[in-house]
Amino acid sequence: MTNSDINRLKDKAFQVFGIFCTFIGLVVLAVFLFDIIAEGIARIDWDFLTSLPSRRASRAGILTAWVGTLWILVLTTIIAFPLGVAAGVYLEEYGKKNKMANFLEINIANLAGVPSIIYGLLGLEVFVRQMRLGGSLLAGALTLSLLILPIIIVTTREAIKAVPRSIRDGSYALGASKWQTVWNQVLPASFGGILTGIILALSRAVGEAAPLIVIGALAYVPFTPSTPMDEFTVLPIQIFNWTSRPQEAFLTNAAAAIIILLIITFLLNGIAVYLRNKQQKKVKW
Amino acid sequence: MRVSEKVIEGLLWLAAVITILITAGIIWVLLSESISFFRVVSLAEFLTEKEWTPLFADKKFGIMPLVAGTLLTTGVAIAVALPIGLTIAVYLNEYAHATLKQVVKPLLEVLATIPTVVYGFFALTVVTPFLQQFIPSLAGFNALSAGIVMGIMIIPMISSLSEDAISSVPRSLREAAYGMGSTRLQTSFGVMVPAASSGIIVSVILAISRAVGETMIVAVAAGQQPRLTLNPLVPIETITTYIVQVSLGDVPQGSLEYKTIFAAGITLFVFTFALNNLSFWIKKKYQEKYD
Amino acid sequence: MSKKTNKLEAINLDAYYGDFHALKNINIGMEEKAVTAFIGPSGCGKSTFLRTFNRMNDYIDGFKVEGQILLDGKDIYQKNIRVDELRKEVGMVFQKPNPFPKSIFENVVYGLKIQGIKKKSVLEEAAETSLKRAALWDEVKDKLHKSALALSGGQQQRLCIARALAISPSVLLMDEPASALDPISTAKVEELIYELKTDYTIVIVTHNMQQAGRVSDHTAFFYMGELVEFNKTKTMFTSPKDERTQNYITGRFG
Repeated sequence: MTNSDINRLKDKAFQVFGIFCTFIGLVVLAVFLFDIIAEGIARIDWDFLTSLPSRRASRAGILTAWVGTLWILVLTTIIAFPLGVAAGVYLEEYGKKNKMANFLEINIANLAGVPSIIYGLLGLEVFVRQMRLGGSLLAGALTLSLLILPIIIVTTREAIKAVPRSIRDGSYALGASKWQTVWNQVLPASFGGILTGIILALSRAVGEAAPLIVIGALAYVPFTPSTPMDEFTVLPIQIFNWTSRPQEAFLTNAAAAIIILLIITFLLNGIAVYLRNKQQKKVKW
Repeated sequence: MRVSEKVIEGLLWLAAVITILITAGIIWVLLSESISFFRVVSLAEFLTEKEWTPLFADKKFGIMPLVAGTLLTTGVAIAVALPIGLTIAVYLNEYAHATLKQVVKPLLEVLATIPTVVYGFFALTVVTPFLQQFIPSLAGFNALSAGIVMGIMIIPMISSLSEDAISSVPRSLREAAYGMGSTRLQTSFGVMVPAASSGIIVSVILAISRAVGETMIVAVAAGQQPRLTLNPLVPIETITTYIVQVSLGDVPQGSLEYKTIFAAGITLFVFTFALNNLSFWIKKKYQEKYD
Repeated sequence: MSKKTNKLEAINLDAYYGDFHALKNINIGMEEKAVTAFIGPSGCGKSTFLRTFNRMNDYIDGFKVEGQILLDGKDIYQKNIRVDELRKEVGMVFQKPNPFPKSIFENVVYGLKIQGIKKKSVLEEAAETSLKRAALWDEVKDKLHKSALALSGGQQQRLCIARALAISPSVLLMDEPASALDPISTAKVEELIYELKTDYTIVIVTHNMQQAGRVSDHTAFFYMGELVEFNKTKTMFTSPKDERTQNYITGRFG
């Protein structure tokens, strides 16, 4: 065999390995989803969705968990959406290219890399203890808001950056002020991109368990929360709790709850992808 | 109208400055609680003691077992994710059709969107029993399964960022390599990967940082036994798991045990902070080189 | 030069982008209700100069102006001048048509709306008047609430002119308004400029010499940040005084 033949053989071999690697992740994903569905789907029924937690696996439901997750999603959106978009607008439209802007940028990139459990420690000290919110929905939503703030800021900036200069010029030339231009032109034109970012951020928040465990969210909450000051649990914590029990029946419960959590996560991501594609197909400037 | 413009700008500025307050808050919280911890436990003991038993009667405060547990699961994760992720990046760039790339990339991203507690469930109930068929000595909780599953989770991080880095290498370089009769493999690993090395290194560093801070997978599947070992087959405990373990228990506020989670937290923060800044530094240096 | 008064005037004007000296000691006066064309090779400063009249350069980091720009005898770079008020007086049309991604109607009334005018009848009347003035009414009157982005390039540009007219300025700045358009659309825009000068003072930047010849009363030639020559368009094109002007208009460079 000549040198060139060997090289060609190696090339082919790598190609096969490449296909293998590309699909191994997807195969694992498929196996995993199949396993979860096989284990949990039979457990999902109306009772499972509407029952309170119980010490008996067969009677336990996820009512408090999904209601808690819904509360957390709504509150987190209310807190993080205006804050993140405002910060993104400031950095992209108002901030001058100076040391302060540079510092803010590095700082936000850094925050995006801080492990979620550290946000839990921050929330525990600031919201739970100093502000005396206890292990409430509000404390949890505030903690998760800080966690997803960097994601919202970064995607807001990207969406705003995509609005062409000429639109701003046109607005200014008609006597519009900076804020009028931002409010009437820049934000509407970038809204799709901003929305995509928010939904992606929420899909991250919905799966978080660690920071909420740290601030004191409980696995066992006997009632569904009715105000932001109530104690709560969320689906990921419920799943964690059931997974840590030795009895097989609780693992089945966990699998069933995972199916519900994955549906929510994939739904959010699907909406985000759909919005992004729609955005890209829009008329070119 | 001018006044309202100023007010609005002020409010927007405030929103941006909150991000600095968050960082300051994190550092302040971790430092203030840790300092009162280190008044009782010396830094020397914290760093050199080989046992971590703050919740037992015989309290020992050596962080090393938790660090070892963290590095062990991270090491396994990177050992899985780096070769697979980098191969995917090269394959998609140099071998695969554009359409395949367009389909596969978002599919792989799905791996990164799955909540980590779900991965934990997978590691505990599927991967560990599966591996036990080949490794009978594998414990029910172990670093190996947790690390492998974490590796699968961070594959898209490495493959996406590395793929971006490789595809941003100037076309002329690739064409030069093909022009001299190189195979795709030789072009990839002889020219493209080295030229994109800083971007690939950045992706790996960010992946390490992510793995170090990962909590739920290890909390579910790796165990809660702080142990100074590099054996991936036995139960261990990571820094993050310890924080979860204490948070779930009934440790009174203000007690020394309570403060240990902040001491553990600051250790974790120092690791990820250093890794993140290292990646920024490399990225910046790399950008200057190409501009 | 003429009995008419100067609507716009630049006195000892210098402009800088950071260290770059973009405009060098410009002195020029522009007649009311006439068309003045700025010509010159790319990078000569003609667009920069045009943008000083409505202070569009204010948003560029490091941009600085010295000297005076007078509008009706008042220095527009004075501290007490409000930029939004100035821009109601001095409208602008850009090189590439830049309609907002909204309906045709919303585009035309945008300037009025941000002034706080909300009354529907006022807005509708203004839209009709402006669109008629911009010779676009007949083409769009049935689809006022359709997206402006669906219009052709030439229609978009006339919409941008209508949009500028809606806030009743007295000056209209045009930065190469036809350079992105096809010949037929260009002819329409030029015709429009000719009609508009009965009511507006128009300053137009162009790199198309024939266009300057067709539409303008006066022409100013810029070169490397200097105003080389300023004269009646006819005089300028038939007997330029400066050698550089002659070289440029005979096509020897630029």
